[in-house]
Amino acid sequence: MSTIVETHDHGHHGPAKGLTRWLFTTNHKDIGTLYLWFSFIMLFIGGGMAMVIRAELFQPGLQIVQPEFFNQMTTNHGLIMVFGVIMPAFVGLANWMLPMQIGAPDMALPRLNNLSFWLLPMAFGILISTLFMPEGGPNFGWTFYAPLSTTYAPSTVNFFIFSVHIMGVSSILGSINIITTIFNMRAPGMTLMKMPLFVWSWLITAYLLIAVMPVLAGVVTMMLMDINFGTSFFNAAGGGDPVLFQHVFWFFGHPEVYIMILPAFGIVSHIIETFSRKPIFGYSSMVYAMASIAILSFVVWAHHMFTVGMPLAGQLFFMYSTMLIAIPTGVKVFNWVATMFKGSISFETPMLFSIAFVALFTIGGFSGLMLAIVPADFQYHDTYFVVAHFHYVLVPGALFGIIAGAYYWLPKWTGNMYDEFLGKLHFWLTFISVNVTFFPMHFVGLAGMPRRYPDYALQFADFNALISVGAFMFGLTQLLFLFIVIKSIRTGKKAKPEVWEGAGDLGLEWTLSSPPPYHSFTVQPQVK
Amino acid sequence: MTYLRKFLNKALLISSSFVAVTLYANEKTDYNMPVGVTEVSTKIFDLHMLIFWICVVIGIIVFSIMFWSLWKYRKSKGAVAADFDDNFWLEVGWTVAATLVLVYMAVPSTQVMVEAYDDAEGEINILVTGHQWKWHYQYLEDDVGFFSNLSTSQEQIDGDMPKGEFYLREVDEPLVIPINTRVRFLITGNDVIHSWWVPDFAVKQDAVPGFINTAWTNVPEPGIFRGACTELCGIKHAFMPVVVRAVEQEEFDAFIAEKVALVEAERMLTSKVWTKEELMERGESFYATNCSACHQANGKGIPPVFPALEGSQIALNDTDRHIEILMEGVQGSAMAAFGNMYSEVDIASVITYTRQAWSNGENGDGVIVTPKDIVDYKNKIDL
Repeated sequence: MSTIVETHDHGHHGPAKGLTRWLFTTNHKDIGTLYLWFSFIMLFIGGGMAMVIRAELFQPGLQIVQPEFFNQMTTNHGLIMVFGVIMPAFVGLANWMLPMQIGAPDMALPRLNNLSFWLLPMAFGILISTLFMPEGGPNFGWTFYAPLSTTYAPSTVNFFIFSVHIMGVSSILGSINIITTIFNMRAPGMTLMKMPLFVWSWLITAYLLIAVMPVLAGVVTMMLMDINFGTSFFNAAGGGDPVLFQHVFWFFGHPEVYIMILPAFGIVSHIIETFSRKPIFGYSSMVYAMASIAILSFVVWAHHMFTVGMPLAGQLFFMYSTMLIAIPTGVKVFNWVATMFKGSISFETPMLFSIAFVALFTIGGFSGLMLAIVPADFQYHDTYFVVAHFHYVLVPGALFGIIAGAYYWLPKWTGNMYDEFLGKLHFWLTFISVNVTFFPMHFVGLAGMPRRYPDYALQFADFNALISVGAFMFGLTQLLFLFIVIKSIRTGKKAKPEVWEGAGDLGLEWTLSSPPPYHSFTVQPQVK
Repeated sequence: MTYLRKFLNKALLISSSFVAVTLYANEKTDYNMPVGVTEVSTKIFDLHMLIFWICVVIGIIVFSIMFWSLWKYRKSKGAVAADFDDNFWLEVGWTVAATLVLVYMAVPSTQVMVEAYDDAEGEINILVTGHQWKWHYQYLEDDVGFFSNLSTSQEQIDGDMPKGEFYLREVDEPLVIPINTRVRFLITGNDVIHSWWVPDFAVKQDAVPGFINTAWTNVPEPGIFRGACTELCGIKHAFMPVVVRAVEQEEFDAFIAEKVALVEAERMLTSKVWTKEELMERGESFYATNCSACHQANGKGIPPVFPALEGSQIALNDTDRHIEILMEGVQGSAMAAFGNMYSEVDIASVITYTRQAWSNGENGDGVIVTPKDIVDYKNKIDL
C-alpha cells in the first residue's frame, strides 16, 4: 500500500486567472455566477423576441414580420424564457445559496456542476442557430404539438430535439447534484425541518425535475423517430395518436410550471421574514404546502387539454384535481400575509418585489382557478386570457422572485450594497409596466382574441396598442436592472456580513463575510 | 416617511383602477366573455361571472389585510415586531375555508359541464374538417359540402387598402344552420390539429386528424356568429375564421336544395368538353383561393418550405407527376391530397392554369389537362 502525501496548500486556494477560471471552474459561486449571467443574457434575447411580437401586434395588419417568422418568435420566446431564463436563474441561485445556507464548503459534485452549466450554452447555441438556417427555426409553439412539429415541421426540428435533449441532461445532472448536496452536506444540527425554505423549495423542485425531464426526453425522442425513422407514435395515418403527444408533453409540462415557481416561493419567504423582522408564520405548513403542490402537479396535466375531446369523467377529474391545488397555494399566500401581520416592516427593493410577487402571483392564481372550471375553459382556452394567466405567474411570479432574490443576496455576493434609489425606481417602473402589459390581456382574451395570432380583428386594436406600449416599457426598464447589477459589482457602500438588519439570525449565509470566502464554510458551523 | 405614503397611494390608486376597469369590463361585453345566444353559452357566462366575483371577494379580503398590515406595521412608524409564529387552529381554519369555497365553486361547474357535454345525435349532423388553412363543412344527411375560406383581401392585411368592418372575421361561404334545431358537429382535422370555436355558442373543440370529436348547439335566433381557429396550425393560423349563419328552417331548406343542385351541376361539368380559356379562368380563381397561401399568387412560393411552381420541372414537363401530386399530395410536406376534396373539373383546371401561368406557358410543354384526364387517372388507380 502506498500513502499519498499531501503537498497541496489548501490555505491559498483561489480562483484561477483568466478565461480558464470560468471554463474549468468547479466552484459553486463561480458556477452560480455563470448560470445567472447566462440567464440574464437569455432574458434579453428572449425579451427581444417578445419586442418583435409586440411590435407586430401594435396594430392590426402585417407590418413588420411575416406570420412564418412571427411563429418562430413566439416559439423561441417561450422556449428561451422557460428553459433559458427562469430555470437557469433558479439553478444559479441554488448554486450560490444552497452551500451557504446549509453550511457546506461547496456543492457535493463540483465537476458535474461544471458540466451541467456548460451543456446549456451548447443547447441554446444549437437552438438559436436554427433561426439563421434557410428553413428557419422551430415555428410550432413552445408546446410543439404534433403533427405540426413532426410531419409538418421544418427540418430544423431535429436541431430543436437535440437541443431539448441537452437541456434535459443539464437539468437532471443539476438536480442530482442539488439533492446529493442537501442530503449529505448539511451542517450538524440542521435537521430536515430546520432547513431554510429556499433549500426545501429546491429539494422538492429537484425531485420534480428528475421525475419529468426524462418524460420530455421521451416525447422528443418519439418525435425524432416519427420524423426520421418511419414510426407513427403521433401520426394517425399510421395508427398513432396526435393526442398522445399532448398527454406525454403535459405530464412533463405541468410539473414543469411548478419547477418554475417553487424556488420563488422559497426566496420570497426569506425576504418577507427578513423585512417584516418576524419569523415566517407556519414554517411546517409552508413545507407541506410545497410538497402537496409538487405531488398534485402529477395529476392535473390534462387541464391544458380540456378541448381535445376527453370523456366527461376525465374532464371532471382534472377539474377537481386542479381546483385542489388552490388549497396549498392559498395556504402559502395566507402564511405570507400572516408573516407581515404585526411585523416591523421596511420597504427595501427586495421586499417591494416580494410584496408585488404575493399580490400579482395571487391574481395569476385567481385566473388559474377560473381556467380550471372546464365549461368556462371552453371559452378561455387558447385565448389571450391564458396568455395573461401564465405571464402573471411567470413574470410577476417567477421572474419577480428571481429579481427579488438577486437584490436580496447581491450585497452578499459582491460585498457592495446596490443603489437603493435606482432599485426602487427599477421596481416601480417594472411594476407599472408589467401590469400595463399583462392586465389588458385578460380583456382581449375574454373578448375572443386567440393566442399565437400575428394579426387580429379590429375590435382588439386599442388594448393591443396599450399592451405593446407596456411591453416596450417593461423591456427597456430591465436595462436599468442590468446597470444596477453592474454598478453594484464595481462599486457601492460596503456590505456588512449580515447585510440586512437582524438577518444574522435568519440563516447561515448571513454569518459569512460579504463577499463570502471562496470555499464558503471550510469549518462546519453548528446549528442549534 | 414620504416615500411610504407615496407607495401606499400608488398601491391604492392602482388597485382601485383595476377594480374600475374590471367593473367597466363587466358592463361592456367587448371586454368580457360574450354572453352568447344559446342556453349553454348563457349558463357558462353566468358561471364565469360567479367564479370571477368569488375571486374578487377573496382578493379584496386578502389584499386589504395585507396592505393594511404593510401600512399599520411599518417600521418607519416605529412598529416593533411581535414574536409569534404558527397557530395550528388558524392554519386548519383557512385550509378548511379554502376547501369549502372550492366545493361551492365545483357544484355549479359540474352541473354546467354535464349539460354542455352531450354527444347524442343531432337532428342535423355536420362534419367539420380543419384544413391548412380553411374549414370544410359537410352536411351528412344531404351529402353536400363546401369549403369556407377567409374572404378578407391580402391588400387589407398588408395595409394597401383600408380594413373592413369584419377584417379577418369574414368568409366566402359561411356555415348555414337552422334555428331551434339540435345541431351536432363532428369535428376532425385533415392535416394538423385545428380548433373550431364559436364564442356565441360556447363551442370550442379541437379538430384532431384521425379522430372525431363532437360538440352541439341549438341556436334560438337567426344571426351571423363569428369565431376563429384556436389551435396553432401553421402560418395562416390567424387567417381561417369561422362564420356561422343561423337561419329559419325554410331558408335552410332552400340553401340545402341549392347546394344539392350545385353538386349535380358539377357532375355534369366533368363530361363537358372544356376549352383552354374556360379551364384557365376556373383554374385561376381556384388557385387564388386554395393554392396562393403557400405557393404565392406569383407562383414563386416560399422556398424551401413551399416550392415555387414557376419554372418547376414538374409544372413544365411532367404532366403525370403533376396530376399525381394534386391527387395524392406529397408525403411529409404541407401539400395535401386534393383528389378527394375537389371535383375533377377543379383539379384539371388548376393544373392547366399552373402549366400556363407566369412564364410556364412559354417555357414548358403547355399541355392542357382536362377533367377526363383526371377521371382516367382515378380509374387507373382503382385498377
